[in-house]
Amino acid sequence: MSVAIKIENISKQYRLGQVGTGTISHDLNRWWASIRGKDDPYSQVGQVNQRDQAAQSDYVWALKDIDFKVEQGEVLGIIGANGAGKSTLLKIISRITSPTTGSINIKGRIASLLEVGTGMHPEMTARENIYLNGAIMGMKRHEITRKFDDIIDFAGCKMYVDTPVKRFSSGMSVRLGFAVAAFLEPEILIVDEVLAVGDAEFQNKAIGKMKDVSSSDGRTIIFVSHNLGSVKTLCNRGIVLNEGGLAYDLPVDNAVSSYLNQLNPVNSNGEDLLLRTNRSGSGLIRLAEFWLENENGDRIDQVQSGTCTTLVFRFAATASNTKMSQINVGFSIHDKQDRSAITILYSGVQDVFFDTQGDFTVRCQIKDLPLVEGTYPISVRIMNAKEELDWIKTPIGTLDIASGDYYGTGRPIEFGKGKTLIRGNWSCRESKC
Amino acid sequence: MNQLSETAQLSVSNETNSGSDSDQPDNEHWDLVIRPKRHLLDINFKELWDYRDLLFMFVKRDIVTVYKQTVLGPIWFFVQPIMTTLVYVIIFGNIAKISTDEIPKVLFYMSGIVMWNYFADSFGKTSTTFTSNASIFGKVYFPRLIVPLSVVTSGLIKFLIQFTLFLAVFAFYLITTDLIQPNWWILITPYLILLMAGLGLGFGIIFSSLTTKYRDLTFVIQFGVQLAMYATPIIYPMSLLSERAQAVLWWNPIAHLIETIKYGFLGTGQASVAGLAYTTAFTLVVLISGTIIFNRTEQTFMDTV
Repeated sequence: MSVAIKIENISKQYRLGQVGTGTISHDLNRWWASIRGKDDPYSQVGQVNQRDQAAQSDYVWALKDIDFKVEQGEVLGIIGANGAGKSTLLKIISRITSPTTGSINIKGRIASLLEVGTGMHPEMTARENIYLNGAIMGMKRHEITRKFDDIIDFAGCKMYVDTPVKRFSSGMSVRLGFAVAAFLEPEILIVDEVLAVGDAEFQNKAIGKMKDVSSSDGRTIIFVSHNLGSVKTLCNRGIVLNEGGLAYDLPVDNAVSSYLNQLNPVNSNGEDLLLRTNRSGSGLIRLAEFWLENENGDRIDQVQSGTCTTLVFRFAATASNTKMSQINVGFSIHDKQDRSAITILYSGVQDVFFDTQGDFTVRCQIKDLPLVEGTYPISVRIMNAKEELDWIKTPIGTLDIASGDYYGTGRPIEFGKGKTLIRGNWSCRESKC
Repeated sequence: MNQLSETAQLSVSNETNSGSDSDQPDNEHWDLVIRPKRHLLDINFKELWDYRDLLFMFVKRDIVTVYKQTVLGPIWFFVQPIMTTLVYVIIFGNIAKISTDEIPKVLFYMSGIVMWNYFADSFGKTSTTFTSNASIFGKVYFPRLIVPLSVVTSGLIKFLIQFTLFLAVFAFYLITTDLIQPNWWILITPYLILLMAGLGLGFGIIFSSLTTKYRDLTFVIQFGVQLAMYATPIIYPMSLLSERAQAVLWWNPIAHLIETIKYGFLGTGQASVAGLAYTTAFTLVVLISGTIIFNRTEQTFMDTV
């Protein structure tokens, strides 16, 4: 197989803050350096793209030294957190902006779908807009004429061919835009999040169309999405970007799980949770720390299925003289897609509430941990009667579980897709009917 | 742990790959190479030609959408020059009593206005190419030069419609009076229009590249074009000025165009081959430098717009 896209050392530098103050002086400095045959004085500066850090320099590297190849016919998914540089990379590949350094070599006609219906004019009819949008995407007039009926069928708006697009519902306009794009015939297609719009039927249709295009025609697709499900269905290889750098380049399933691990880092337990800010509740009592203990009361980072594990929550009271008598704590264990797998409430298990004054620590011991191996984010909420005291909205830590001998068989557990382990008594008797 | 070692292996194999690549000369054929900076004169005219359908669609969009949902439709194209001419006849002709060299006032003003409007429109609209099309430019690639070209082309269509209005008025005066003496210079009109389009486009794309970063210039252009009209013999004949003022004004390339067209159609004014040669050279310089600057800007304007 030959290489369709070769990306070498691509970096992109952006200026932080407003373009305005200091623009002319920097431009003049650049110009002066270029006259003397020197490098751009600002290409040496610039900090790593960590959006939650304070800006220390005027420049930031949105992308830094990205290097990879895409084979012909490959469907590549690019994933990463917001601001990791995905869109910047797509913009560079689709020639919307130039890289600061590096080069990209491309074989074949390329079309990018960073938005559907680009340039459509509300005053023009569907027919006129199909021609306009098609031309913007690089199609020839006779090509569009040839595919016109197919486009209208795909969009499902035969009745409205000669109606101005401004009379369309927003969903219909999107369909029309995607229909034009679906009949582009590039060798390389670049798709960014466009599937996020439209109803479920349309999304399935769109994903189906893209799958057809890649499998039957052997075209190369680069696909960026936050929807890990569609990335998994569509792509066979995944690239994870993080802070402007290439973090992983793996088969898509591994790439997705590496990305998820990176989002919920292992061993983050023990962090000072009082520093977290995205929390709600009155704050009279706040969660300060979370960790895991084994049977002997030692702190541990990882536990095994089937072992005795204690989850420990240390709370700090801001008003230590207020006595609260109806304290109720609950925590939930999530799977990686952030669905609650297990929720357990103190009040659901115990009859009497806590009665506390000042700081305190809550322990919940689980005798034999009934979960298969994996990393499970944990959330906690604390209430006093009906009043919410504290709830941190993102996971406060993780339950990192290694495979263990839950059934006491001495063998590793064989499991399918299920996450929870339960003991069952198996029996088999010959039946005579 | 497993994943870690996999990544490590992968990066190792990548390195060996790129290593062997650099050993061999890169003689593969690539359809497209993206680099930080293109060569100054690296303008892909073939690509521009490939996108001619897009040019056509943009022109169609500009013409068709302006007067959608209006009753009079394209008749509005006539209203503007007629009204402007009337206002000029009243203010400059009757109140200020500026000489029109014995030419009927309506004809004198209209010839200048129609020409000047085409330049002002082309210049004004192309100078905001990047800022007003940022939403399209940010989503899809096509040769950016298509947009200013389409603006000048749709402007040309509008101009030709208005020019027929002028021709009608011209024919009326030609038949009913003997105040005007058209001559063979009239035949050079298409070339004059071409130069006008070239000047509008050239200035427009030079300024479009500057307005993306420095918005201040949009304001400068807005009143600059208005002021420039008074430095062009639109509302007065060149002959009204003193020798020294004329010498200064002849540096204005558009002055030559206006005077030549007035001479050709109306028989007053000053047409000269040298003047046209100067204007032609001026237009070429503006167009070429504009294209170079535009070509540079289009690569990174998305970061600064």
